[in-house]
Amino acid sequence: MSTLEPRPDELHAAVNGRELTFAEAIREALAEEMRRDPRVFLMGEDVGGAGGVFKVTEGIQAEFTPKRVIDTPISEAGIAGIAIGAALTGMRPVLEIMFGDFTTLVMDQMVNQAAKAYYMSGGKLSVPMVLRTTMGAGRRSAAQHSQSLHAWTSHIPGLKVVIPSTPYDAKGLLKSAIRDNSPVIIFEDKMMYKLKGPVPEGEYTIPLGLADVKREGQDITIVATSSMVHIALSAAERLSEQGISAEVIDPRTLFPLDAQTLISSAKKTSRALIVDEGYRRYGITGELASVITEGAFYYLDAPVRRIAAFDVPVPFSPPLEDATIPNEELVVKTALELLGRR
Amino acid sequence: MLNTDQFIELYRQMVTIRRFEEAVWELYTAAIMPGLAHLSIGQEAVPVGACAALRRDDYITSTHRGHGHCLAKGARIDRMFAELLGKVDGYCRGKGGSMHIADQDMGNLGANGIVGGSAAIAAGAGLSAKMRGTDQVVISFFGDGALNQGLLLESMNMAASWKLPAIYLCENNQYGEYTPMVSVTAGADITARGRAFGIPSFTVDGQDVLAVHACASEAVARARAGDGPTFLVCNTYRYRGHHVGDQLRAYRTREEEKEWEEQRDPIAGHAEWLISHNHATPADLERVDADARREIQEGIEFAKASPFPPLEEVTEHVYA
Repeated sequence: MSTLEPRPDELHAAVNGRELTFAEAIREALAEEMRRDPRVFLMGEDVGGAGGVFKVTEGIQAEFTPKRVIDTPISEAGIAGIAIGAALTGMRPVLEIMFGDFTTLVMDQMVNQAAKAYYMSGGKLSVPMVLRTTMGAGRRSAAQHSQSLHAWTSHIPGLKVVIPSTPYDAKGLLKSAIRDNSPVIIFEDKMMYKLKGPVPEGEYTIPLGLADVKREGQDITIVATSSMVHIALSAAERLSEQGISAEVIDPRTLFPLDAQTLISSAKKTSRALIVDEGYRRYGITGELASVITEGAFYYLDAPVRRIAAFDVPVPFSPPLEDATIPNEELVVKTALELLGRR
Repeated sequence: MLNTDQFIELYRQMVTIRRFEEAVWELYTAAIMPGLAHLSIGQEAVPVGACAALRRDDYITSTHRGHGHCLAKGARIDRMFAELLGKVDGYCRGKGGSMHIADQDMGNLGANGIVGGSAAIAAGAGLSAKMRGTDQVVISFFGDGALNQGLLLESMNMAASWKLPAIYLCENNQYGEYTPMVSVTAGADITARGRAFGIPSFTVDGQDVLAVHACASEAVARARAGDGPTFLVCNTYRYRGHHVGDQLRAYRTREEEKEWEEQRDPIAGHAEWLISHNHATPADLERVDADARREIQEGIEFAKASPFPPLEEVTEHVYA
């Protein structure tokens, strides 16, 4: 995964040849939104002086002062609650929870408080906050720093969930998330922070709820999320060498979900494969497979297949860890099986 | 310093809360009110004394036992009852119910069904006030049950570190649901927990509305001046059970209940004070009570007449 290359077919707009890393694109989105709107502020563990453990917020505090880039104690539930209280009263906080694994500590605040305030109050209280956190294994960080728990929050009505795969998408989606009036959680694969990709100069946003066709094809639909998009694109390239035209679709947001784009593609290709790095059971792949099956059943030539992380705690030992993560080889193999070619 | 009208207003609010809660008991046991009902009868002096120290644009966060907080912060009786009955004219269009009444216009950031769940939200409102450059303050109401929630301590730590205009107000009614507070709470002096964070911390007679008001006013002044949080432990007592269905109350004695009700009642105590200090006559106070009863009755009629929300609203207000 560390050798991921941006691909030309990710391009969407005139880009002036400029490239940014995934981390730089996020940083640029944060800085632009903070310049645009004085209500936007950042808080989290080590986000200020240290610039974040993954250096995503490096330099932001120098521009915006510690008043708007707040280093917090290591109190995940508490800082989530503080962000909610600030959002309820006129601010637009962007909270960083360093590792996605630590979102388990903020579940009451996000699930019982942030997600429900608007509904429980009959539309009076809103919580315009963003929670940025990480996902993804491969960093040899073992079971408590490697999980991809985006299914947990996708399950909750009232929360929006964003899961970008490229620097371009990360920037445009984060800007939309900050402007959204509902609580939005963004999962950033920590293995992609150094991934480079085209990001045009100047203002743009990407609406939440719009899937992106990362590669067009006719024979099979591969729906992939986050870093799995790159694995899917590499697999699609290899499949093309065998004369198979694979379409790769990135939902980009798990809620709102652009079900129509997934279903339309499956109707066109008659075969669908879902790739996501969360756990397999009761997870994203199951949900997306169900959406496609319900929407395109009579067009399908085979059952929808899915590839996800192993249902085990992420192991430390590198060969064991690598075995738990979906890879290009497995995507190619599964796609060939779906197409009846083995 | 309060004047005669304000002293009587404190009385009026306490009586209104008690009559409101008594009416909730009736509505609940008559199966007109759905769900759960946690009554604050006996605790009226705490929200009334504390909220009297606030401005309309100040904030509160409340608890599952929150009817008194809402009323003391200025909620209307009729819309409260409508919410309790799940009706469309309720504060939350019937979607919140007894445990989730919120009213932004009155600075009420919401009651909460999670014990201690709003402690950090209150601190966040304080941070927001500070960032926006206002002198608003926030009172976080919580019960003794919340004392042992980690979130409360996380929140107090940040409020103290950052000098947030937040007042942590513990309504110590002696029982967390069915368990005596003292049996599950370490340390004889609860206020020591606040002092550990460097927060000025005081024990208050929660049955004395003037004592609550005085302490809350000092805390509010400290917060407005930018001097940070205060921790108030108001000792009080809920006369009824944890909720209406808790009628046995095997965890405490009838003698103990009788002692609080007969010797430390906040309403009777304040009435005595008003009369002995020539702020009111018994006839004045009877009129206040009669007015409150009438208002409660009108509120119930309003709520009963209000329709349930149309079914299409079930999917509205999920996303802002």
